[in-house]
Amino acid sequence: MDVLGIWDNPTRSLPTLMFRSSSRVLIVALAGLSSLLASCASLDSASGSRLDLVKARGELLCGVSGKIPGFSFLSPDGRYTGLDVDICRAMAAAFVGDAEKVQYRPLTAPERFTALRSGEIDLLSRNTTHTLSRDAVGGNGLRFGPVVFHDGQGLMVNATSGVRALADLSGKSICVGSGTTTEQNLNDAFASQGLPYTPIKYQDLNQVVGGYLQGRCEAMTSDRSQLAAARSGFSDPQAHLILDDRISKEPLSPAVVGGDQPMGDAMTWVVNALIEAEERGITQVNVDAVMKQAAADPSQTALRRFLGVDPGLGHKLGLADDFVVQMIRATGNYGEIYNRHLGPDSAVAIPRGANRLGGEGGLMISPPFT
Amino acid sequence: MRQRRLLVQVGVAAVLIGLLALLVNNLAVNLIRTGLGLGFGWLGRPAGFALAETALPYAPSDSYLWALTIGWLNSLKVIAAGLVLATVLGVAAGAARSSNNRLLRSLAGGYVALIRQVPLLLQLLFWYFVAFLGLPSVPIGGLIRLSNQGIQLLGLNLSVEFCAVLVGLTVFTGASIAEIVRGGINAVPRGQWEAFRSLGLGEGLGLRRIVLPQALPAILPALTSQYLNLAKNSTLAIAVGYADLYAVSDTTITQTGRAIEGFLLLLLSFLLLNLLISGGMAAFNRAVLGRLNRSR
Repeated sequence: MDVLGIWDNPTRSLPTLMFRSSSRVLIVALAGLSSLLASCASLDSASGSRLDLVKARGELLCGVSGKIPGFSFLSPDGRYTGLDVDICRAMAAAFVGDAEKVQYRPLTAPERFTALRSGEIDLLSRNTTHTLSRDAVGGNGLRFGPVVFHDGQGLMVNATSGVRALADLSGKSICVGSGTTTEQNLNDAFASQGLPYTPIKYQDLNQVVGGYLQGRCEAMTSDRSQLAAARSGFSDPQAHLILDDRISKEPLSPAVVGGDQPMGDAMTWVVNALIEAEERGITQVNVDAVMKQAAADPSQTALRRFLGVDPGLGHKLGLADDFVVQMIRATGNYGEIYNRHLGPDSAVAIPRGANRLGGEGGLMISPPFT
Repeated sequence: MRQRRLLVQVGVAAVLIGLLALLVNNLAVNLIRTGLGLGFGWLGRPAGFALAETALPYAPSDSYLWALTIGWLNSLKVIAAGLVLATVLGVAAGAARSSNNRLLRSLAGGYVALIRQVPLLLQLLFWYFVAFLGLPSVPIGGLIRLSNQGIQLLGLNLSVEFCAVLVGLTVFTGASIAEIVRGGINAVPRGQWEAFRSLGLGEGLGLRRIVLPQALPAILPALTSQYLNLAKNSTLAIAVGYADLYAVSDTTITQTGRAIEGFLLLLLSFLLLNLLISGGMAAFNRAVLGRLNRSR
């Protein structure tokens, strides 16, 4: 019983014909595939620094989140904005002399290190916690820059739930995002106090928020900055409480691939320059005036070195001597960046706390520019 | 002629081997560049993370290997249940599309049309965030209890995450299976329908005993690839918080930094699973064909 009836009388020539035409198709397909693969393969052609590549390209490929208000978020005019984004812009201003020459790559937490290591991006500025495993050669093998935001993991609960401390969450379910240190910190915090809990793990912060708001979990956990950012978008922010418990320290830093000293140094000193500029009171508004003043006054040696009036420092980093001026013109100093995105007048107001300058009771300091 | 054919074959083989060598070389170059050797010693270390759903006893102090195994079992659970339910739904909808009943026919047609136009990820998010998390807490007849914390069914405790993935995969794959079943039924000559009707058999009985057995040879190969799709699509479970193999691997890779080994394990697990599915289906296919040939 042959239902379709096509194999009743196979002609002898049919298979031969099929072989010939199919082998030709196969060859063409293979040739196409191999050229595609060859063009996609990330072979290390140049053994030089990534910094040279960025300068030659005239553009910085910067990995951001794109989903965290205050850090990197799409503004109504379709541009990325936030603290992480301004770090990218300051880097571009220092590396290629134009803060607008940045291509942003929105990345999820699990994607970010692969994107960096495969060379899809030059620099990662995506609220990434600096940890041993990510730094070490035996781990992710990255090179981290100075901390741009001191954060800590916290828990957010419904204000009416009666939960006021970690211990009140014993046996409850907690919404958490994947691919981050968040999950491990959560377990460390509960395990060390012998508290049972059920993690409901999502891939993305938006889904964590969705699960929490829909009542799947009694609490959601993330960095406190992200909790504040998420809460700013809720219909009733007052109904949610961020617990006082800080279950981890989360120093957030930009990062590049390890083993590339020129690129790592340039990144490090761009961040330092933002902090140094705030220490010296150099702002977006007065930078040109300060520069003129320094140029006219040979006794201001340290300031002249910092701004590149006396050349040398920029050259040592492989950057233009006036890289600091370029940066401050584009983004302002660290304090200005912070206030623009996270200050009291911004949508995501986070008290500056540990992110104040060292001289003002905070942790932000820059090593000397000498 | 024969030599040319040989030459072509050698050429094709050389290109294939070259491509493979390029990929392996890339992997080796990257491993050297990052200073990481390929190693699996980390599998024995404590995982340090909790899991929401465990088929066997699990604690955060257990090894990564055990955590991954639990994840694999969770995947297996949802895939196995999904295969059965999607087949039932697909066959029912496919048969309904060939039914004489106009309402049934258009209902099934609407279902297939709607489901096949919407991406699976969106459907999963819909089932989870809108349908299941929106559930009020209600007992139904004492045996079933619905709430957005979980579903109790005759003493069986199902998490809403599991239910969302299961329903999402079932409904999505069911629509494709329905089309395959309809195509298979259409391939059976109309004379077969007229024949069983003239013998006085009812529509349902005729469909089950006369038409579907003859449609099977046309249905099975396409059905196999839908089964494989369902298994692979189950990795979308992480979007709705279900602790499947992919979700566990994801956490493992983040914590250990062993991306290449993690993905290799993931690849092998799915390869193994899908080989099992396609092997089983091939055996079933042979049995069906054998029976048809004998009854000829």
